[in-house]
Amino acid sequence: MSKIGVFVCHCGENISATVDCAKVAEVAGKYDGVTFSVDYKYMCSDPGQSLIKNAITEKGLTGVVVASCSPRMHEPTFRKACAEAGLNPFMCEMANLREHCSWVHEKGEATTEKAIDLVRILVEKVKYNHELTSIKVPVTKTALVIGGGIAGIQASLDIANTGHKVILIEKDPSIGGHMSQLSETFPTLDCSQCILTPRMVEVAQHPNITLYTYAELESLEGFIGNFKAKIRKKSKSLDEKLCTGCGQCTTKCPVKKIPSEFNEGLGKRTAIYVPFPQAVPNKPVIDRKNCTYYVKGKCKVCEIVCPTGAIRFDQEDQIVEVEVGAIVIATGFTVKQPDFFPEYGYGKHADVITGLQFERLASASGPTLGEIRRPSDGKIPEKIVFLACAGSRDPAKGIPYCSKICCMYIAKHAMLYQHKVHGGKSYVFYMDIRAGGKQYEEFVRRAIEDDGVNYIRGRVSKIYEKNGKLIVSGVDTLLNAMPVEIEADMVVLATAGVANEGAEELAQKLHISYDPYKFFAEAHPKLKPVETNTAGIFLAGACQAPRDIPESVAMASGAAVKVAGLFSQDELTREPIIAVVNRQAPPMYSSCVGCFLCVSACPYQAIEKEEIKNRNGEVIKSVAKVNPGLCQGCGTCVAFCRTKSIDIQGYTHEQMYTEVMALLNEY
Amino acid sequence: MTLGFYPGCSLKGSSREYAESVIAVAKAFDIKLEEIKDWNCCGATAAHNMNKELSLALPARILSLAERQGLTEIVVPCAACYSRLTVTKHELSEDPALKAVVADANGLSYNGTVNVLNIVQMLDKYVIPNLEGKVVKPFDHKVACYYGCLLVRPHEILKFDREEDPQTLDVLMLKAGATPIDWAFKTECCGAGLSVSRTSSVGRLSGKIIGDAKDRGAEVVIVACPMCHSNLDMRRDSINTYLGEKVEIPVLYITQAIGLALGLDRKALGLQRHFVKVTV
Repeated sequence: MSKIGVFVCHCGENISATVDCAKVAEVAGKYDGVTFSVDYKYMCSDPGQSLIKNAITEKGLTGVVVASCSPRMHEPTFRKACAEAGLNPFMCEMANLREHCSWVHEKGEATTEKAIDLVRILVEKVKYNHELTSIKVPVTKTALVIGGGIAGIQASLDIANTGHKVILIEKDPSIGGHMSQLSETFPTLDCSQCILTPRMVEVAQHPNITLYTYAELESLEGFIGNFKAKIRKKSKSLDEKLCTGCGQCTTKCPVKKIPSEFNEGLGKRTAIYVPFPQAVPNKPVIDRKNCTYYVKGKCKVCEIVCPTGAIRFDQEDQIVEVEVGAIVIATGFTVKQPDFFPEYGYGKHADVITGLQFERLASASGPTLGEIRRPSDGKIPEKIVFLACAGSRDPAKGIPYCSKICCMYIAKHAMLYQHKVHGGKSYVFYMDIRAGGKQYEEFVRRAIEDDGVNYIRGRVSKIYEKNGKLIVSGVDTLLNAMPVEIEADMVVLATAGVANEGAEELAQKLHISYDPYKFFAEAHPKLKPVETNTAGIFLAGACQAPRDIPESVAMASGAAVKVAGLFSQDELTREPIIAVVNRQAPPMYSSCVGCFLCVSACPYQAIEKEEIKNRNGEVIKSVAKVNPGLCQGCGTCVAFCRTKSIDIQGYTHEQMYTEVMALLNEY
Repeated sequence: MTLGFYPGCSLKGSSREYAESVIAVAKAFDIKLEEIKDWNCCGATAAHNMNKELSLALPARILSLAERQGLTEIVVPCAACYSRLTVTKHELSEDPALKAVVADANGLSYNGTVNVLNIVQMLDKYVIPNLEGKVVKPFDHKVACYYGCLLVRPHEILKFDREEDPQTLDVLMLKAGATPIDWAFKTECCGAGLSVSRTSSVGRLSGKIIGDAKDRGAEVVIVACPMCHSNLDMRRDSINTYLGEKVEIPVLYITQAIGLALGLDRKALGLQRHFVKVTV
């Protein structure tokens, strides 16, 4: 005979505002097999948990139903409490009275009735629960970090410094990411390259880090502690061991007019190229789309001039298979290009550039060696206009969110311009100045007060060219929406920060979720900011939302700690919510007929064939067997099984049937 | 073939030449324009500022009348009328309750079956495909195509052309032998109804439009809206006062320009009715 305890939580007022919790507890107390029933304001609190633990020991409960929030929120909490009181944690079930009832219905009798139904379902279910034991799986203590920007670099170094191995993959020929493109950084104006490049070198030289540049994730299988990743190392057309990075090939390459990605199209590069002089690794790759040899079948100048014979025209992409225990995604973001903005000329005007392009103009390593010169004719702009929120906070453009970094980098840009072009005039059109951060507000005030940047609160409706000037036509909302026109020499758009083009595809490869804007979704917006909903996969930096450098670094270190925590264990426990093929006594019996439909249905290749032999060693029949280490408990095989021989532990046919019958008041 | 025709007030008054040229061009392609009988005011800018139901009932009545007359497609040359009729169709299709209210107010059934074309869509659908061989006098001029505020907005409802940098008039004029210029004031406000109440404001707003067209070497400004036309043409004195010079670039309706390319009679196109003399 079951002895079940029912614990109804008020969740402050979240449940009790619409559900009569005392009544739910009272009705539940009268069910067959329920020996204890109580309601309490916060069941997840320490006194609440003690209530459960005491009832288990004092009443000798065999099953527990906690009627509170979603099991996603507190199932681990209550199962742990049960375990501490000596009850098998899988004898604890949760009825979701909050998300499934109180939050979505009005106060009233019907709502309380529904809450009672939800409790009854679980009371009947828990009678059929079996004691289960967690599954132990080994941990591969190597981390895979995807993306070699500042977030990926920081995460890699932090993990590597705890003594664990790291594999860092970067899709571009060099690590460094967007940070390597920046000139100075806010709010201190220290040079981006000066603080970043030593870190890049450290990554390359760290004994615990294996770096694959020009490489992308091909596929991922497995689960926390035991991932198998395939990495595509795109062909660099180069034997990296022979290459000394002397630069002969890039100097002599005849194709010299390819817009440089590193310089955001403002400079040119060759077909065989190193993206920038401080690149790590400082060895070239051949861009096959633009290389004369690959396009026309002849040239090979680089091969001729290479003193070590390192060029490999016939090199193919290589697939590397690695086993890792945890993954940190740090793939970053991209910015909208001016051709997204019809009102600013669809990218027609050469001197309307993005913030990232301005970084290249202001950078000492940029195409103008740090002089602010406009792209069209190389003149130094006497008047420059910065537009905040180009696309951001604009639902009509499909980007309702704030890109977060722009207010600060615009202040920095305007400041750099004022420092470099004496007597120049700079204007900033803004909606609001969002300078929340340590020393951020002071930094913006400095731009306005010390450097004389003109801040105009209002939007720009149009930019057009007239007599060689860019007419920026906007409005000053602090002057009663007075129209403002500025004849500028150059305009910088703080275009919205958006997810990378391949973000959706990558999320699907990794089986992680993403938001409507294709930024990767964290497991909890407040309490699990670096975790994803897939165990063992963590997030760092701007792939999750627009982030500045300090935030990206903090996130990366956070993710690294999570990985190190995971790697501090030799074995992981997993919930035993997995499929099992029934095997009842006598031990050779199973209702499985060996059709093996389940084998083809299983997305995780977790089902194998097993032969049942008699005592003479003769095979009686073949049946399916689930590998508990691989099974993810998705239940696909259960649906496919024609003889109902497979059950998901904790969600058996018997339990499901009982739940339905309970709902139909058959008990 | 026959198309329904809703002229609206302007085409019967200040923009008679627009109606004349629409009819002349239609005739040249054997399109019969059947005027909607007993039509009423579309409500223009006044109605939707006063009363939402009224602003929908007025255009709905026009569409109901067209339905009753057995018309499936109507041409609405005035950009403001076109906007009101299209917005009404959109709003009523989204809200069945409102549709019932409006039908009740009008005492006429409304099914929303009539397809509403603006002049550009009409030309694009029925004139351009049959243009080959009919252009006897290519309109060989540099033209600034001016769309104004209403022809392509709001994009969510009209779903017609690019709202910030529209192209359809430019493409039409290119096919008529003209050279459309790239300019910055295609959709800028002409001053609209301020034409009557604050003429000097119109001088400034329309002045910027004419000024930019002139600076970029336009010989003709092409429009598809009676309000735009009257501001750019009739208010040229105010415009020239604002510009501080005498600019005599003529403003032609798209149908007048196409009519000239087809070699139609200048008088049939109403070219003599303009304030700025049509020299092309």
